[in-house]
Amino acid sequence: MSLYRYDTIDTAMLQDRAAEFRGQVARRLSGELSEDQFKPLRLMNGLYLQLHAYMLRVAIPYGTLSGAQLHALADVSRRYDKGYGHFTTRTNIQFHWIRLGDTPDILDEMAKVGLHAIQTSGNCIRNTTTDPYAGATAEELDDPRPWCEAIRQWSTFHPEFTYLPRKFKIAVTASAKDRTAAKAHDIGLKLRRNREGELGFEVMVGGGMGRTPYLGPTIREHLPARHLLSYLAAILRVYNRLGRRDNIYKARIKILVSSLGAEEFGRLVEAEWAAMDKSAVDVPDEELARIRAAFGVIDFETLPATSVAFEARKAADKAFARFARNNVAPHKTPGYAIVNIALKTPGEVPGDCSAEQMDAIADLATRYSFDDVRVTHAQNLVLPHVKLDDLGTVFDALSEIGLAAPNLDLISDIIACPGLDYCALANARAIPVAQHIAERFAEPDRAEEIGELKIKISGCINACGHHHVGHIGILGVDKKGEEFYQISLGGSGAEDASISSILGPALSAPKVTEAVETLVETYLGARRDGERFLDTYRRIGATPFKEAVYADAD
Amino acid sequence: MPTLIRIEDGQCVEAESGFIHLADDEAIPTQSGVILSLARVQTDGAALLDDGRAVGVRIEPAERVEDLAYDLPRLALIAPAFPKFRDGRAYSTAALLRERYGYRGEIRAVGDVLREQAYEMVRCGFDAFEPADGSTPEQWAHAAHIFRHVYQAAADDREPAFRERAPFPLDGGRAGEGGVQA
Repeated sequence: MSLYRYDTIDTAMLQDRAAEFRGQVARRLSGELSEDQFKPLRLMNGLYLQLHAYMLRVAIPYGTLSGAQLHALADVSRRYDKGYGHFTTRTNIQFHWIRLGDTPDILDEMAKVGLHAIQTSGNCIRNTTTDPYAGATAEELDDPRPWCEAIRQWSTFHPEFTYLPRKFKIAVTASAKDRTAAKAHDIGLKLRRNREGELGFEVMVGGGMGRTPYLGPTIREHLPARHLLSYLAAILRVYNRLGRRDNIYKARIKILVSSLGAEEFGRLVEAEWAAMDKSAVDVPDEELARIRAAFGVIDFETLPATSVAFEARKAADKAFARFARNNVAPHKTPGYAIVNIALKTPGEVPGDCSAEQMDAIADLATRYSFDDVRVTHAQNLVLPHVKLDDLGTVFDALSEIGLAAPNLDLISDIIACPGLDYCALANARAIPVAQHIAERFAEPDRAEEIGELKIKISGCINACGHHHVGHIGILGVDKKGEEFYQISLGGSGAEDASISSILGPALSAPKVTEAVETLVETYLGARRDGERFLDTYRRIGATPFKEAVYADAD
Repeated sequence: MPTLIRIEDGQCVEAESGFIHLADDEAIPTQSGVILSLARVQTDGAALLDDGRAVGVRIEPAERVEDLAYDLPRLALIAPAFPKFRDGRAYSTAALLRERYGYRGEIRAVGDVLREQAYEMVRCGFDAFEPADGSTPEQWAHAAHIFRHVYQAAADDREPAFRERAPFPLDGGRAGEGGVQA
């Protein structure tokens, strides 16, 4: 499958929304609407007021972009922002320097290429995320993207679920290896087959980050796939009616699930679902087939499983071999590969991408990856369908734009929220901390020697940087006006999901990189063959790490 | 009486309320319809209804519409309340009234009712509105029909995109369902 093609109905939805917002902005600029009245309206269109300017968050449905769409994002960043954008953990993109009066024009430009800012903020169903390797990996049971598109349509302007107690995030995964952090979502869906071979979803509900992190318990092992939307509607209705609205910090569904217990919550959902007229909600097989067909079919060439050019270049070029080792993943089709572009060149801002880089990646996608780019929740990009024969050319092009960092899932591939550099909610900066750590571990041999190590940094308790599921999580806190950082260990957002535990007292900013260095040394000293940092931590526990980091404390 | 916008024959029109909102400690007037709290309907409702009075119920977000089910056929209107416009529970209340209980009487939005919510309210089955923002019927109608298409089925009679797209009538259609027509 390639990319879902919008039909006239899909396009009309975007045009209508853009027209509505143009009217609302005009009423705000003329003073007819106060900022108080305008706030919920702009939030419905992904427009936040941050520390220095408006920020516009553009949705990238299930993290999938065409070359033309990525070019359009580059154009927006050039014409209306400072020439760059920031990819987020929700696989969206944010522009941090937007003028209010420009936003209607931006939305019109976006709508021309099928992009929008619908439901990128507000207490509604947000962008559904999925595996960035969807349709490319042999690991998957079925392509999750048609289901994501079905969810996108069902949840777009859903009249009953636009004023939920709090925001709501859904992830869909279809592989044993979970690249979506499904269990850390309000709803995590895992495609699976039952013993009879029927396609269905394992439904996990009530995971989340924030100040009280939870992994979502499974409330149904196998939901027949054709009933996905009615079952989601049942979950959302129970949540909309019973979720807390008296305290913003207790309003996510995770609190409801945890206070009722997963079993009781599941019982309420099943009762609601049983009483629901499913035939009115579930889209018929014909529509699911239409959606699937609208993605098109990729005409992969029949190629040998190995490429002479690829092997020769690897043998001759150490840097390329390293990139191939770390950033290239196997494709389901012989002769093709999945290429990860880490937006994590040490010293740069995690997730940031300049207009020139976006244009170059868009061209690469068009020429070498069937016009398909993916955004990952780790703030990286993926070219999902590259011929092995073309890997050398793609690598060279990425090197030219400074995006060939061979560090996927290594210590310098750090997730960081925008933090106090941009965000009005933040207590501390996240970006400089990430930059400092990445620069310390910039030497690629050393990074590879350390192996998979996921550092995730949030500038406040809202946990946009996913620190709860970092192998090393770093949380910025404010101590009497000074930035401090709390370190926690042992989290994972993957199939072995777990919530990290706080190691000890928060550290001042200059001590954070030292502490990471100490954690790494402790791990290297204790690890057994093949162990990742996370494995060693799980085997030996927190104590050796704690003793090492706080050795100098009194 | 507050301004009322009502959907009549698919059009938004200004209408007579015909009902007075009564707090629990206010005396029942000798004429006009009354809108009472759920608790008061449960104590005083039967007597009023037996007198042939028009009785409506104001249902707060935390109150369960299920508790009203038995009385629904006798009630002139249900008024799910929006204490704040951000409180979206009344949408589920209205949707349940239409979809599950087949309620065909008036469902009136009361409280912090703004035209920015007109689309959601109409789609969830509300057909009368006491706007808190001074909206006119024209403004209300405009806001309720921002979108030429809708993606999902709801409690109104709009055809979702997946049915508009269907080249032929699909099985499991809407025939025989009660209460979806607002």
